[in-house]
Amino acid sequence: MARTLSRRMFLEASAAVGGGLLLGFTLPVRRRVLNDRFAPNAFIRIDRDGRVTLIMHKVEMGQGTYTSMPMLLAEELEVDLSQVQLEHASADDALYAEPLFGVQETGGSTSVRGNFEPLRRAGAAARTLLVAAAAQAWKVDAAACRAERGEVVHGPTGRKLGYGALVDKAATLPVPHNVPLKDPKDWKLIGTAAKRLDSADKVTGAAQFGIDVQVPGMKVATLAACPVFGGKLASVDDSKAKAIQGVHQVVRLDDAVAVVADHMWAAKQGLAALDIRWDEGPNAKLSTADIVRQLAAASQQPGVVARKEGDVARAMAGAAQKVEAVYEVPFLAHATMEPVNCTVHVRQDGCDVWVGTQVPTFARTAAAKLTGLPRERVQVHNHLLGGGFGRRLEVDFIIRAVQIAMQVAGPVKVIWTREEDIQHDMYRPYYYDRITAGLDQRGRPIAWSHRIAGSSIEARVISQLFPKTLRVIRAGGVHRLGAMIKGLDLDAVEGAAEPPYTLPNIRVEYVRQEPPGVPTAFWRGVGPTHNIFVVESFIDELAAAMKQDPFQYRRALLDQSPRAKAVLELAALQAGWGRPLPPGSGRGISLLHAFGSYIAQVAEVAVSKQGDVRVPRVVCAVDCGIIVNPDTVRAQLESGIIFGISAALFGEITIRDGRVEQHNFNDYPALRINEAPAIEVHLVNSREAPGGIGEPGTSAVMPAVTNAIFAATGKRIRKLPVKEQLREAKV
Amino acid sequence: MVTLSINGKARTVDVPADMPLLWVLRDVIGLTGTKFGCGMALCGACTVHVDGRPMRSCVTPVAAATGKQITTIEGVGETPSGRKVQQAWLDLDVVQCGYCQSGQIMSAAALLASKPHPTDADIDAALAGNICRCGTYVRIRAAIKRAGG
Repeated sequence: MARTLSRRMFLEASAAVGGGLLLGFTLPVRRRVLNDRFAPNAFIRIDRDGRVTLIMHKVEMGQGTYTSMPMLLAEELEVDLSQVQLEHASADDALYAEPLFGVQETGGSTSVRGNFEPLRRAGAAARTLLVAAAAQAWKVDAAACRAERGEVVHGPTGRKLGYGALVDKAATLPVPHNVPLKDPKDWKLIGTAAKRLDSADKVTGAAQFGIDVQVPGMKVATLAACPVFGGKLASVDDSKAKAIQGVHQVVRLDDAVAVVADHMWAAKQGLAALDIRWDEGPNAKLSTADIVRQLAAASQQPGVVARKEGDVARAMAGAAQKVEAVYEVPFLAHATMEPVNCTVHVRQDGCDVWVGTQVPTFARTAAAKLTGLPRERVQVHNHLLGGGFGRRLEVDFIIRAVQIAMQVAGPVKVIWTREEDIQHDMYRPYYYDRITAGLDQRGRPIAWSHRIAGSSIEARVISQLFPKTLRVIRAGGVHRLGAMIKGLDLDAVEGAAEPPYTLPNIRVEYVRQEPPGVPTAFWRGVGPTHNIFVVESFIDELAAAMKQDPFQYRRALLDQSPRAKAVLELAALQAGWGRPLPPGSGRGISLLHAFGSYIAQVAEVAVSKQGDVRVPRVVCAVDCGIIVNPDTVRAQLESGIIFGISAALFGEITIRDGRVEQHNFNDYPALRINEAPAIEVHLVNSREAPGGIGEPGTSAVMPAVTNAIFAATGKRIRKLPVKEQLREAKV
Repeated sequence: MVTLSINGKARTVDVPADMPLLWVLRDVIGLTGTKFGCGMALCGACTVHVDGRPMRSCVTPVAAATGKQITTIEGVGETPSGRKVQQAWLDLDVVQCGYCQSGQIMSAAALLASKPHPTDADIDAALAGNICRCGTYVRIRAAIKRAGG
């Protein structure tokens, strides 16, 4: 999905309100060239006291972007990281669109990839302006001046002027173009383990998440949506609820009821006291088994071709051996630690929305549509996200909160209980994959056929964009539009269409099959989280079929992908691949190329006689190109690995009688500290373009764990989660 | 009317006796550092100290905390173990999204107050009730050892 960005940038300087230098920058990509006005996509403000503010178009949800983005700016601006402050950007695509998407969004492991050059260029341009301003003030040649630690220094005389003293002058100067960027060998910040800028507030409880918003006169609401997907509210008796102290109001929506109260406790009690009748609608008898049956049937039909090389049928016919398998992965909830919530104040003349969202402009548009207010009358106040993982790419809960707030006088904070959060999430789709390989005499896969059946998240997201064609091109490029027209979901096949291995004859297809009523959405790792599990499990099956070592088998297929081969070898080496383990234990390996990064992982598992699985150790080797902050990269891999093990071992949303069967962390468990592995991350020193790192750790760990289970027990896991599957097997 | 001692200060609030301490702290007093995660003592995000012992405030009725010393994340830095834990968290950059970290730090501070040099098993036992979806466990363990070192 990597796209090349133009190297040219438009920059513009102006005087900031109240004094200081305001610098905007943008990339002349796609629609922006049609604009007659200059539309910067991020802002830097330098105040007269020398403080540098980066107006952040990216949101912090744990991934460390509040540190890596300022590092890119500070490197070229020649300021200490501690001098850079952050402000949340307001919701505006024209100003703050992500260069890789065309909309203001934090997701898809894109922040460093999309901003690596723009932020450095902005810093370099600002520095050049400040140096020019100092040179003019001293009446010397700018070439004799240099910038360091927030000051301009005149080399020959040693005179110094702080940036704050130069901003007014700098704001009047023409913005330089094509300022050369530093040679990487001169970097002082990029590549260092700079401390997170958000740590201090997060260890004292001062950090403000969306759920922490306090607005004068605010009420608190909680809600129950129809437990059956697609059902409606039939009737509700609220007499008992209204008698509870602190309860103010009961709000009825088409398919939900909310209780508005002084505080969450009264709201919860009020909700429990309601006598609600639901019209359960067409999905009242729906179960996971029905959905799987539909998927299995769909997977027998030919799909849209995502990749076709060589002649698979012919190669398959001539194969010495054929291996076939079906893989399944379940619906998954996001279960962010901060349950979804949104605070809204709807007035006649405007609407304020306080929320933590990955897509502030979508939130603004949604609120404007519902209230009938013009977009400029809707203010989105973005906050820290208590976990995103894709959940906060969706605005369903913001829409819900606005609908409730439209019936409430004054501001209202709507908080989902954990049960509502789990049962009314938008889920990672259930995917059903058929995969077949034909092997030659030496075991090499000369034919590879993979058909994926599942929900299309992209089709839903694209259907919400308008005007469609233009916005699809902006958001995803022309190739995405082409895919949309032929019905191909590029996300659903990512990680499957282009495995790193030598596969001379390959055919990958996608069949769209929507689960009735169940809303689906992106989940950390997106397409690759499902596909890497399938591909890496199946490659392992091929090695096993040929009685070959799974590491050596993969390695022999990687001559055309040296970066993939290098991480695979590094992970195997560091893990002690081949060294004996106690009985009941095993090692599994996996390889990923996605998000512009290469990752190999070796997981060790221990399976008890009762069939319980522990993962005591994971070794991870990563080549994600140039690294802005190695500590952030390590943290993201540790994070992704834990997230992926939770899903691989126990993550599963099931449906019965049209309802989600799980409720809370008791039946939708997450890995705990006593279950967490020791994790070793080994970084490859690379000069390649930066790759994404927030998601791939999750995708790579799942097959590493299940391949290790195979090594330990001989049981091949073809359906996630592992859960109690080993209890049936003889261990 | 209920009078509570929170971070060394007396606070009088008009709330029902069965109201969980969590919502009193967050929605009535405005101390939002203590987090709501599950409402059933399953995740630990709401952990506070009551007379020095870690308690899940989402299931602790306010009546059970009356007359006792309540410490929240906003005040734990005033205790020796809390200060050490917060510093270790900063030294190792433990946090990611940060939402669960108030609870993690409160559990860790209570552990260190009772066991100044905890073992891995002590850490497992004291912190197993605190879920972190960002998966900061490797660093939490390292930070507790650092604080107890």
